[in-house]
Formats: sequence, structure tokens, C-alpha cells
Amino acid sequence: MSMKQQYGQSKDNYHAKIIIKSTLIFIVCLLLTLICLIPIYIIIVNATHAHLDLTANPSNFWFGGSLGDNIKTLMNKLPDDASKTAIRVARQYNNSFNVGRGYLNSLIIAGSTTILTVFFSALTAYGLTVYDFKMSGPAYTFIIGVMMIPVQVSSAGFVRFMYSLGLINNFIPLIVPAIAAPAVIFFMVSYMKSSFPLDIVEAARIDGCGELRTFLTIAIPMMKPAIAVQAIFAFVANWNNYYTQNMILKDEKFATVPIMISKVLAFDKNVDKGVNFLCVTLSILPIVIIYFILSKFIIAGVALGGVKE
Amino acid sequence: MASAAQRRIKAISYAKYGYMFIAPFFLVYCFFQIWPLIYTFILSFKGNQSANTEWVGFDNYSTILFGQGTAEGAPGVQTEFLHALGNTFILWFGNFVPQILLSLLLAVWFTDAKVKLPGKGFFKVVMYMPNIITAASVAALYVSLFGDSKNYFINATMLNLGLISEPIKFVSGPVASKIMVMFIQTWLWFGNTMIMLMSGIMGINPSLFEAADIDGASSTQQFFKITIPLLQPIMVYTLVTSMIGGLQMFDIPYLFHTGARFSRELETVAVFIYYNFNKGTVDQASYGYAGAASIIIFAITAALGSITFYMNRDKDAIAKKKQRKKAEKQYKAKMKQGGLSI
Repeated sequence: MSMKQQYGQSKDNYHAKIIIKSTLIFIVCLLLTLICLIPIYIIIVNATHAHLDLTANPSNFWFGGSLGDNIKTLMNKLPDDASKTAIRVARQYNNSFNVGRGYLNSLIIAGSTTILTVFFSALTAYGLTVYDFKMSGPAYTFIIGVMMIPVQVSSAGFVRFMYSLGLINNFIPLIVPAIAAPAVIFFMVSYMKSSFPLDIVEAARIDGCGELRTFLTIAIPMMKPAIAVQAIFAFVANWNNYYTQNMILKDEKFATVPIMISKVLAFDKNVDKGVNFLCVTLSILPIVIIYFILSKFIIAGVALGGVKE
Repeated sequence: MASAAQRRIKAISYAKYGYMFIAPFFLVYCFFQIWPLIYTFILSFKGNQSANTEWVGFDNYSTILFGQGTAEGAPGVQTEFLHALGNTFILWFGNFVPQILLSLLLAVWFTDAKVKLPGKGFFKVVMYMPNIITAASVAALYVSLFGDSKNYFINATMLNLGLISEPIKFVSGPVASKIMVMFIQTWLWFGNTMIMLMSGIMGINPSLFEAADIDGASSTQQFFKITIPLLQPIMVYTLVTSMIGGLQMFDIPYLFHTGARFSRELETVAVFIYYNFNKGTVDQASYGYAGAASIIIFAITAALGSITFYMNRDKDAIAKKKQRKKAEKQYKAKMKQGGLSI
């Protein structure tokens, strides 16, 4: 066999190997994608079936025609000739899973915590990197040190303290603590250290710009990328936070989406499966849609690290 | 050359602004985090239920850890806590091992320049997606698909296909429900771990892989001889954060049930704490047990956290600091000697 032939053969082998390997990897990835997406697809499909339909055949792979009826039950807008049981079911779902109120409460909490978290974390990070003062080192060490303390550890004292302040069934204990987010500060300090030139602050001072104004009009616009990433994560984390919300918000009036879905999960009487699936769908859909719109930022943000909850 | 204005600005002390800028963080943190933490510590030395103002010393700790409490219903508490601790470990271990293996495999594949994979970005986006869905909804999603009887999707489908003859108790079965929680936790977190490991692998100098390629190393050899050793710091970090996260595992174990109450088979330490301080009114809750369990978890977390802190510290910076201190000392000693000699 000539040299050239041998070389050609091994080259072909090499290519064949890579193609086989790539195909195998592609199949595995495809399977994992299906595992990630199928549960959500099945939930949405089942939300379009009626309760009786689902008891007769729970194994549905395609859409049914009862989405409208399920929505009517959930909204408690049944026709006048509805049976007593149907009315009872509708009332139960409407009380525990009031979609509009749930979205609104969750939006208020997640929205205001996000604004507070990114603003005050940027402020603290700015204070720690721009100014040279005695306590800046110890303060930063403290922030890194407390970053890993889990909420569970202090929650017994937290709830008892909130009871004594009369702040149960109040959004304050859920919103105000967002001002102190050590992990976000850590992220912003590292961002500022790598891409915020301190000369700019001095230049602003020479031009007579006040310290707070320098922060608001120069630093914040420059920190936009870091702020955007952290804002997305703060919003998602607070929208999803069942643990703290459930221990503070006891009244149905204040229930957020995660609390509502846990209530639906606990029903043992008058269950309407189709409506159950609809509730799960409604609780998942907004965040999934937002995710697919912003996925590029989110993936890049995770890769930067420091976002593990 | 510094101008007059520049010199004047240099002379002004801006330290007070530094304190002003970091003050809101510290005020809020002390009020909403530090004080509740201290308060939890205090509560762990006080009684439970209606006796929650009485001072009981180390009773709660001895009840939880050794079952020696004198209060009513104390013996059950120890069994429950140890059961919860065991569950926490089993559930954590059972989701961490498959998760890290899967994530590592995917991370290596996704960063391998030789593999031609169409739709890489799409795969990454979809695989990370479960992580952002509300955990409460995820629990509801799986409960409504994996319910115990033949009236639920998975059991019905498997019965239809003839894969099983009896419905499997995915939600209430002691083993099956644990496997379900492990699966859900893996489903939730593998995308996140994968992306973290990917950024770790991409930080490895590519010329190392090129050199290994030229020397004829196979991809398996490259994986074990280059990727794994160089990925060690980030692996340790992932392990420790996952352990700390595992100690906090709450939403899925607490909500993966049907009916009014959480499943005992899935009770983790976080569920134990939560259940004890959150049952009924202040006079019905067991703040003492919850507090003592919290402090035990805090101690474990602090130990784990200091390991990562130790592993992740900037070794060069520490060496430099030591050198500087030494130089300072020498200088001072010299000055002292000089002062004496005059």
C-alpha cells in the first residue's frame, strides 16, 4: 500500500469517526431536549381536556376542545344552568387560584425586589470599589462571608420577628430585604473591577459633578450589562420564591402564583383535572415565554458564574 | 502633570461617601438577616408551643440530637429529625451524582471543537430552561403527570403500552417518590451545572488540547489527563455549593404530594424546620426545635463554606500580603533600632 493510500484511508477513518460521534451526541442531546420539553407539552395538552374526558382516558397526546370551558370554570364564569357541583368546583378554583390577582401580586413583589436589588447592589459595589476607606476591606470580606448563608437558617427568627412587628400578610418583609443581596454585590464588584475605569470618577469631580450624581449618571449607565443580567436573575428568583412568600402571606388576598399553585395541589375534594392542568400551565407559561425571549442574556449570565441560588 | 484642581481634589477625603454608599446594605442586612439569625439562636434555647417564652437551655438540642428531652412528645422529634437528615442526604446524593456526570459529559461535548453539533445554542437554551420554572409549579407538574393511580398520565400510558401491570406509586411510594424527587432535582439543575462546567472548560488553555492532539492522545485520554485535573477547582466549588443547596432542598420535597400534608417519606431538614415554625399560630409552632435544627444546619453550612473559601482564595494575593507585612515589620524594627541608637 502506498503512502498516499494509507494516508487517505486514515483520513477517511478519522472523518467517519467524527461523523459517528457527532451523530451520537446529537441523538443524546435531542433526547434530553425532549425530556425537558415533553412534560410541559403534555401539561398544555391536558389543559385543553375536560375532567370527564381525562378520567376516562388520562393518556392524551393531542389537544382537546375544552380549553374554553376550563377557563370559564377557573374564572368562575359558568353558564346559568350549571350544576351545583360545577358551581362549587368553580368557586373553589376561583378562590384559590385567582390568576389575575396572583400575577399582580407576584409582579408587584418580583418587580420591586428587582429594582431594589440591582440599584442598591450597584450602589454598594460602587461605594466599595470607588472609595478608599478604612472599612471597605472588612466590609467586602463580610459580604463574601455571608453570601453562602442559606435563608432557612434564619427563617424561624425572621417569621417570629415579623409576627412581633405585625408584618405578616404584608409585602414589606418580602420587598425591603431585597436591598441587601450579597451575591449580587459580589458579582457587581467583580464587574466594576474589570470594566469600570476609576479615572472617570476623578474627571467628573474636576468638572464639579457631585458624588451621587456621578453614580447615577455615569456609573449606572456604564454598569448596564451587569445590571441587566442581575435584574433578570433577581426577577426570576423572586417570582419563584415560594418559601419566604408562603410563610409571610397567609391571606388569600395576598397569595402569589407559587402559593396559589401549592393550594391547588392540596385540593382533595371537587378536583377538576382539566382545570388543574390549566392552573399549572398558567403558572409556568409567563416565565417560560420571558425565558425564551431573554435566553441569550440568561445563558451568558450563568456562564459568568455566581448565580447559583 | 497634576493641575491645581486635581491636587485639590486629591486632598479632599471622600471616605464619608464610601460609608454613605454602603450604609443601606448594612442597615437592611442587620435588620432583616443578622437579627433574625441571632433571634433564631435565642429561640433555640427557648421552649416550644405555648411555652415559647420559657428558657430551656440546651433541651432542644439534646431532644433533637439524642432524644433526651423532657418535654411532651419529645422522643418523636429525634426520630423525625434524623429521618429528615437521612432523607436530605439520600436525596442530595441521588441527584448530585447523575447531575454532575451528565453535566460533565455534555459540557465536554459542547466545548469539543472536533464535534460538529448543529443547534448547539438551542440545546443549551432548552436544557437550562427547567431551572427558571417556579419550583412549586414543577412539583405540581410532576404530581399531575406521575400520580399514583391509573388515572394519571404516566401510569395510564404505561398500562396502555403494557409496560407495567400495576400502577406504580410515584408520589406516595417510599422508594419511587424519592427516585422521582432525585429525577426532578436533576432535571432542574443539570443545565445550570453544565453551563458552569462549560465556562470552566473554556477557561482551559486550548493549546493544551492541540498539543495533546498532535501527540496522538485520544479524547478519553484528554478528558482524564487534561480536563478533569484542570477542572478540579470548579468541581470542588460545584460540589460544595450543591451540598449547601442540598441542605436547603425544600420546594420539591415539600410539595411533591397529594392531599393536605407533605410526604413524610420526602421530609428533608429544611421541611422539618419549616413545618415546625410554620404550623398554626405563634403559640402552636415549635420555634425551639426549628431554631435548634437551624443552628445545626448553620454550623454544617459554615464548615462547608469555609472549605470553598479556603480553596478559592487568591493564593498570590495572600503571598503578597504576607510579604508586605514582613517588609513593614522589618522597616518598623529598623526604625526602632535607629531611634534607639540616636
